[in-house]
Amino acid sequence: MRFSPELAEKRFGCGLSPDVAAPADPDQMLAGLAGPDTMADSFPIEDFDTFRLRMIENAAVWKMMRKTRGTDEFAQHKKKRDLLNKQARFDKEEWYAQTLARWTRTQTGFRERLAAFWADHFTASGKQGLVRRATSPYVESAIRPHLAGKFEDLLIAAVTHPIMLMYLDQMQAMGPNSKAGLKSKRKRGLNENLACEVLELHTLGVDGGYTQEDVRQMAELLTGVTFSAKKGQYFSPDRAEPGKETVIGRAYGDEPPTMEPVYQALRDLAQHPDTARHIAWKLAVHFVADEPDAGMVAGMELRFLETGGDLPEVYAAMLDHPAAWDPVLHNVKPPFDFMASACRALAVDPGKLTDMRRGVRTSTLLAPMQLMGQTWQSPPGPDGWPEEDEAWITPQGVSARLRWAMIVPGNLRRDLPDPRDFVGQALGSDIPDAVRFAAMAAEHRMDGVGLVLASPAFQRR
Amino acid sequence: MTSTLSRRAFLTRSAVIGCSAAASPLLTPVSLAAAPWDMRLVVIILRGGMDGLDAVRPLGDPEFATWRPTLSTARDKQDPDLNGFFGLHPALASVHPLWQAGELSFVHAASTPYRVKRSHFDGQDLLEAGTISMAGVRDGWLNRTLQQVPGIEMRTAFALGRGDQKVLLGPAQVSDWVPGADMEISPQAIRLAERIMEDDPEFHAAFSEALMLSEEVDSPATGAPAYRSLRQDMSEISGKSAHVRISQYAADRLREETRVVSFSLNGWDTHNNQKRTLGPALNRLSTSILTLKDGLGPDIWQKTAIVAMTEFGRTVRQNGTGGTDHGTGGAMVLAGGAIRGGHVFGDWPGLEEADLYARRDLMPTTDVRAPAAWIIRAMTGLDRSTLERTVFPGLEMGADRGYLA
Repeated sequence: MRFSPELAEKRFGCGLSPDVAAPADPDQMLAGLAGPDTMADSFPIEDFDTFRLRMIENAAVWKMMRKTRGTDEFAQHKKKRDLLNKQARFDKEEWYAQTLARWTRTQTGFRERLAAFWADHFTASGKQGLVRRATSPYVESAIRPHLAGKFEDLLIAAVTHPIMLMYLDQMQAMGPNSKAGLKSKRKRGLNENLACEVLELHTLGVDGGYTQEDVRQMAELLTGVTFSAKKGQYFSPDRAEPGKETVIGRAYGDEPPTMEPVYQALRDLAQHPDTARHIAWKLAVHFVADEPDAGMVAGMELRFLETGGDLPEVYAAMLDHPAAWDPVLHNVKPPFDFMASACRALAVDPGKLTDMRRGVRTSTLLAPMQLMGQTWQSPPGPDGWPEEDEAWITPQGVSARLRWAMIVPGNLRRDLPDPRDFVGQALGSDIPDAVRFAAMAAEHRMDGVGLVLASPAFQRR
Repeated sequence: MTSTLSRRAFLTRSAVIGCSAAASPLLTPVSLAAAPWDMRLVVIILRGGMDGLDAVRPLGDPEFATWRPTLSTARDKQDPDLNGFFGLHPALASVHPLWQAGELSFVHAASTPYRVKRSHFDGQDLLEAGTISMAGVRDGWLNRTLQQVPGIEMRTAFALGRGDQKVLLGPAQVSDWVPGADMEISPQAIRLAERIMEDDPEFHAAFSEALMLSEEVDSPATGAPAYRSLRQDMSEISGKSAHVRISQYAADRLREETRVVSFSLNGWDTHNNQKRTLGPALNRLSTSILTLKDGLGPDIWQKTAIVAMTEFGRTVRQNGTGGTDHGTGGAMVLAGGAIRGGHVFGDWPGLEEADLYARRDLMPTTDVRAPAAWIIRAMTGLDRSTLERTVFPGLEMGADRGYLA
């Protein structure tokens, strides 16, 4: 079991492309992460600070609506609010297309894969109104810049991000004994949601060594971390529970309260051996197999601990392990990855994706993806999309994938490749006989291309 | 819309071409506005290799029944007769009245210059390229036709449906249109899909269940609209599906400034159980023709030529699974008021084993490009040498068999 460029591009990248060379070795994959993010430049997605300007404008419009309720002026403000919402809804789809375009053209497929992995690990989205459209800006600002750095920086960026604070109800939380808490008429207090997910999902893992008391103390520590459209994320001492909080045996807290102890607690959690084990295991499951090689996971875990959670080192430990290069393809691509890697294999012109009319984009991409079981940026919960292959290989899912593969490529490219060539472009040198036969025996190009894409050999990686 | 300019252009051209002016006596101002001629051409590519011997059956050939013990040979009195020698497949019965009205003909034992390998893709490429080999070919013959005539505008020619319609591919301007989100999968593709899933137990189990669920699609328990089953998708083919909408759209356009339309019909690769699999494909073809006729209205129909052609015919001998394999000589379908109907054109090569191509296929006696060339000549007035050198390089058009009314 040795490195091969093809396998690297399939398993750790965005799939084979007829136009873009697969990485020559693991060093090149890692060097790509360290290099400039050219895809972000070529296919831009709004950053969160820019999105925040929309939120400020939106808040002002709402204020005017409240002020002018019952007057003639009201309608004009409402119209403006509707327009803001509509624009954001459209832009969310634009950013979907930009993401897809990045997958089709990137020379550092590993970055796109890691962006998707960490965005899922730190699942978050706005809950109502305009901010529901802010997931891509969140990923762009909080996840993408940190995926090749220290895990603790990524953790802090994601957990303290406004979208995460909103998603896990931190915005409403305040210390029961804080200034604001004592004044609050409605007896507002702690909300454990964020603390709970930080320990269970983001760091230690559900089997990690923490108790409900740790969750409560973490929740108290997090009070004061909040957000406003005008200021962005900030710390409100008035809301912070006074005193020390003890999380996993270490006491945190300043008097008066500040953000620093929160950062310190997150840094400590990021370095915890349980976190190392959890993250190593999850990366291995995501990239290699649902039941990953124990030796590989142990190696990654060790490297995590040795380097204080230096992510490229952890990735390197994975890529250096022979089990990463098991020629048997295990994992099933989730629907987005399936469709995006199909676009890449077909060398779809990115402009075709980004300039697509909205109705066409819905009917050819977003709606079929939903039929396959994945609604763009709407995972079922904070634990993100399932990693288990069985979640995707359902009769409905397989049927939807087949139908999409047989039909939509013809919309994405009028000049479809000859299936006998395409089978190699999409699958590389390892082509099952049945797929090679189907590519040859299909009665026209669309069927031939579709069958190649629908083959388990393409759907697994 | 520059009607005077176009009128002048048309009159100049019609003075030169004569015979197409006869086919287009009266022109409305609308048609003058955007199109350089008045005749309508619809090219239907039958992808997968139509079995010409089963569509247009040489029942009068004594050898036929020996090659096809269970296929194509049942002389049911109900089956439409053509001329005593040839009979129609029952799934084409709905277009038999067109035959009787002199608006439907066939060319039998026709083929492209493609030989030897019998690959769908190579065969279709050559069919659409209109050449003898694919060396250096970058455009399709319909596009090359358009390149030869002035006055081609945005909507003169349309490629309809998903995927590539290479026959119209090239530098001349062509519009395209795709009907809404249809989900058609041919039985042949389903069979191949089963085969590619077989090696992967998890995918295979899920796929088999999907097929099984599709049998129960009418039950409310499984009929949730979000999960339209495969069967449902397939059954749409006989309902008002893509080919009907495409034909309607084509007719709408052809009533206006559009003069050339091309689309594909799939599902002809009948390796298996041809008794069951060819009928639906022929139904789609006849429905498309009738939908076009209906949508065009009597006046435009009179000026319309529909040409349906396939990449190759199928083996003369039926195979071991009640189907036929890739062959050579096949059949073309010509329909429309501009066509001289009621004829099976082409020289019949016979079905004795020694008469067959490579002792297995119907021997081609007509180059599919020749009837197409004669029709284009009538439509555009292009001269024979342009047709034989540029549109269909290397073609010998031969004598005019009188394909047009």
